[in-house]
Amino acid sequence: MTVKRPAAHGQPRSRRHWSPPPFIRAAWLRWLVLALVLAYLVVAIGSVDVNWGRIIRGLGRSTTLLSGFLTPDFVTRHREIISGILESLTMAVVSTAIGVALAVPVGLGAAANIAPRPVYLLCRAFITISRSFQEVIIALIFVVMVGFGPMAGMLTLTFASIGFVGKLLAESIEAIDQRQLEAVRATGAGTLQVISYAVMPQILPRYAGLAIYRLDINFRESSVIGIVGAGGIGTTLNTAFSRYDFSVAGAVLIVIVVLVMLAEYASGIIRRRLH
Amino acid sequence: MLEIKQLVKRYPKGELALDGVDLTVSHGQIVALIGPSGAGKSTLIRCVNRLVEPTSGTITFNGVDVGRLSARALRRLRREMGMVFQEYAVVDRTTVMENVLSGQLGYVSLWKSLVRRFPPATVERAYELLERIGLLEYADNRADELSGGQRQRVGIARALLQDPRILLVDEPTASLDPKTSRQIMRLIIELVQERELAAIVNIHDVDLARRFTQRIVGLQKGRVVFDGAPSELDDPVLTRIYGEDDWSTPHDAVGDDGEDDRDDEAGRRTPRHVA
Repeated sequence: MTVKRPAAHGQPRSRRHWSPPPFIRAAWLRWLVLALVLAYLVVAIGSVDVNWGRIIRGLGRSTTLLSGFLTPDFVTRHREIISGILESLTMAVVSTAIGVALAVPVGLGAAANIAPRPVYLLCRAFITISRSFQEVIIALIFVVMVGFGPMAGMLTLTFASIGFVGKLLAESIEAIDQRQLEAVRATGAGTLQVISYAVMPQILPRYAGLAIYRLDINFRESSVIGIVGAGGIGTTLNTAFSRYDFSVAGAVLIVIVVLVMLAEYASGIIRRRLH
Repeated sequence: MLEIKQLVKRYPKGELALDGVDLTVSHGQIVALIGPSGAGKSTLIRCVNRLVEPTSGTITFNGVDVGRLSARALRRLRREMGMVFQEYAVVDRTTVMENVLSGQLGYVSLWKSLVRRFPPATVERAYELLERIGLLEYADNRADELSGGQRQRVGIARALLQDPRILLVDEPTASLDPKTSRQIMRLIIELVQERELAAIVNIHDVDLARRFTQRIVGLQKGRVVFDGAPSELDDPVLTRIYGEDDWSTPHDAVGDDGEDDRDDEAGRRTPRHVA
């Protein structure tokens, strides 16, 4: 194994050193940033007011809660639980269907490579608004607007679905093969024909996957937004909590967990099939 | 039939792609457009059907000023200009038949095209074309199941279903192996001659241009520097188009595709296989 390396011409070279370039080039700035972050962390931790008394009392109360959860009561309020679940499912399915359908024009409009500038800005603005608020906040607004109940929940989930699917759809439209678009346009096709013949085939699998994924999200969210009064199983849960009826609350939570798991599992299988 | 006068194209970034091109193509004439990468070949043919908007100059096609057309009139004009692309630009996720039929998008009504109801006569002609290019049994296969040469033939069929009067061909062989390249070039030339179409064929392979066309136009830095018969394309002319090189080196010795070259020489003497 003693392979002699041919000496380089003339004098032997010294070994050259290499290490990856640092994220911040100037050494002083690098250390300064690090020092500032550490200093802030120390001050921030110091400012947190920990009330140990409350924590200990809370621990005591948690046993009541836990014992309630450990003895879930499905029977006494089974009517409320069942109707809550049905309402949540209805909300999820209806708002997904409407939202996913409306996401197509919004997504097309929000794709920089096919939409004219004004349409693009309008659709992007809509998506940004829809995406910048958490579902619970949107639900609060709709509850104020249309009152308590599943109507507010449906509007919430539809609005959120349009933003979610629209954004991801727009991104995959922007990533499509432009040459296929150009080729169909060169035949004398109009805009809608170009969309139907060159854009849709390229994004259809992705779109179907997003729709299923959103259905799964909407079911999960439908149980959360019920807590702020937007209908569904969340409302049942909220009622149980306000009555200190922890056994019923435990039962509702178990039902939600099982259903969300089922929905996730099913959506995973379907999306794998699509790709 | 096609008259290009003082055509200039400057891209928004300032790059001058075409610098005063004059070119006239008469009815039924096939022109090979050669030149180094970046000479403006693609830009030139894209200006003809206005996939690229020219900066100045005029293009007249059968007496119509291409530059002044409304969007609607432009789509009508594009029907008469078939285009074949470098990387096929067929829509991968749809069937071969749908790709070919998309050549008729400029003729059928919007609704009928969206629901894929093409007139029976059109469907019949599409089948005839598929038979002619040897892909009849692939009509319902998805385009991404085909090889490169087969996809390019689908692209050619799509362009011909338009009933064009001129074929704009952009580097039809750039993504193909040498043998398939020759088959594709032969197919294009045959089909163009059968239908007495005019054609502009961008091609960087000088040998192919010499072998298959009677008129060669050399483009260099956006200017026409040569326009003549293949026999006039000697070493000084090639130097004018491509810059200094040893043009006398036999092609085989260069070793890029010399091997297949000879292979095909032999193949040419045997009866023509349908490309």
